[in-house]
Amino acid sequence: MGSTNSTLSKIPNVEELMEETGFTPAHIVRLYDRFEALDKEKTGHLRPQDFGAINRLAMNPIGDRIIGAFFSPGQETVDFHSFVRILAHFRPADKKHPKDPSMPEPVNSRTSKLKFAFQLYDQDKDGKISRAELLQVLRSMLEMQVTEEQLESIADRTIQEADLDNDDAISFEEFRKVPLGRARRLTYQHGPLQHSAPRILSQPHRK
Amino acid sequence: FERHFSIIFNVLHLKISDYATHSVIYLCCSSLLFPGLIQREGGSMEQEMGELRRYRTQSISRGEFALSDSFYFYRKGLESIVDDQVTQRFSSEELVSWNLLTRTNHNFHYISLRLTIIWGLGVIIRYCVLFPLRITLAIIGISWLVIGTTLVGFLPNRRVKNWLSELVHLMCYRICARGLSATIQYHNKNNKPQKGGICVANHTSPIDIVILANDGCYAMVGQSHSGLMGVIQRSMVRSCPHVWFERSEMRDRHAVTSRLRAHVAAKRNLPILIFPEGTCINNTSVMMFKKGSFEIGGTIYPVAIKYDPRFGDAFWNSAKYNMVSYLLRMMTSWAIVVNVWYLPPMTRQEGEDATKFANRVKSAIAHQGGLLDMAWDGSLKRDKVKEEFKEHQQKMYSSMVVGTKARNSQEPHTESTKS
Repeated sequence: MGSTNSTLSKIPNVEELMEETGFTPAHIVRLYDRFEALDKEKTGHLRPQDFGAINRLAMNPIGDRIIGAFFSPGQETVDFHSFVRILAHFRPADKKHPKDPSMPEPVNSRTSKLKFAFQLYDQDKDGKISRAELLQVLRSMLEMQVTEEQLESIADRTIQEADLDNDDAISFEEFRKVPLGRARRLTYQHGPLQHSAPRILSQPHRK
Repeated sequence: FERHFSIIFNVLHLKISDYATHSVIYLCCSSLLFPGLIQREGGSMEQEMGELRRYRTQSISRGEFALSDSFYFYRKGLESIVDDQVTQRFSSEELVSWNLLTRTNHNFHYISLRLTIIWGLGVIIRYCVLFPLRITLAIIGISWLVIGTTLVGFLPNRRVKNWLSELVHLMCYRICARGLSATIQYHNKNNKPQKGGICVANHTSPIDIVILANDGCYAMVGQSHSGLMGVIQRSMVRSCPHVWFERSEMRDRHAVTSRLRAHVAAKRNLPILIFPEGTCINNTSVMMFKKGSFEIGGTIYPVAIKYDPRFGDAFWNSAKYNMVSYLLRMMTSWAIVVNVWYLPPMTRQEGEDATKFANRVKSAIAHQGGLLDMAWDGSLKRDKVKEEFKEHQQKMYSSMVVGTKARNSQEPHTESTKS
């Protein structure tokens, strides 16, 4: 709360962050407020438990993996800068700027989004999704609703279809080639204040 | 005099806030002031998965897994990290237009000199003129409550005592309400709670009690405190029966229910006032009602309370502010404008269990007050969600992949909470 400028000045290196991620100052303030709301003990860092407190996330079958994506291996906490950097991957792509091959790939390009999704499956980060890793994801999404054999046959079929070089694993290139829906589905979109929908309902009902 | 003053004041405020709104909208495009980070797409799980799989030859009905299926869950997960429907209920409502209180403006931009001057004037008026008046009234109100009820407590006679105690209570609450500059509109007074009944309302702040008690006398239910609150509680009990529990007693649900039942059974006792949500919600929605209050029996009189957020934010965020700073904020807002609707009494029907009854009452209150009816539990402020919700998501997804199980009907909780 309070003036944007005062909140922004609380965050160190905020210009760099905006440059790197492409978020506007208002977005950064929003995210900062959210970060503080999640960081109940005001330590300046988030731990996996703080994410776990979000109910919709706890309900999500792959919620643990999404939380894991925020923490680099070996790290137990994530600070505000890393939090924003990771969320920046999912910003809608900037259509206005023409593609400049000499510049490094922007953070929120289609490729980086796909790379992120790939890492969701590839937990040991060896660049390939092995059959075991695929099975793990399937298991979290389906848990007790299907039998082990069904899970295995689904995994086998998926690998068969996607695997082009017959190494029994899916590499990032093969992942990209599988006709996936547009990576646009991985973004969240700018829109009007999300409270505008409930506000329509809040006209009191007068008899 | 008070009434006229408050009416003039309200009109003046409306004019000022209209002007502020127009200048704000004129000078800035809405994307600057209200940066929405998320626009949720309202599709169900099936619709969205179908979109994700668009280029594949297999359709959803044939089952089969696609690597892109996880994107749906991934996206939902990220959306909930950036914001979620439940946590937002435990912080103040965001207003579409500014009401000249910096406390309600989350993204304050410097807009123009004129607006800042108006705001500055507002600050001076609120803090230097209104606040001292209100504090004086509040002190008078509370001290009279303590003194008056103690005096009445000395009287032996039944009828006179009750009449006097009601008079004293009403007077004190009315003074306190003036102390907060509360303008209250009561609707459907014919449905007012009767003696021996249970009054049930949605909870936004401790001020709810003052608001309701301005129009009738209730028996309060709550925990006995020490200190100033304890003094007030003990003196109130002297003039008419309230139900104060020790902290240890509150854990024993059975003891609580039987005490309340005994109170209701004595038909001469004042109606009990209960807030079944159990915690303060920010007045945009009504959360799950705890069934304990609905197991007592007797007639339930539902009441809907809706604050007008333009004049001041009445929500008590107990994590952020303690009681004293909350009251100070209330006394330095513009005013508290409330609408109270008395709903027709309800009783538990044959074969209806307490939970269903509670939900029925909750929907009635939400509908009347124009609030969102949410199935989430208010205690989620502090606790976590249960495993069954995760299993439900898994079930839905597996019916798409494996294709043989019968599709479940609409998921009860998540669908109703989509924005």
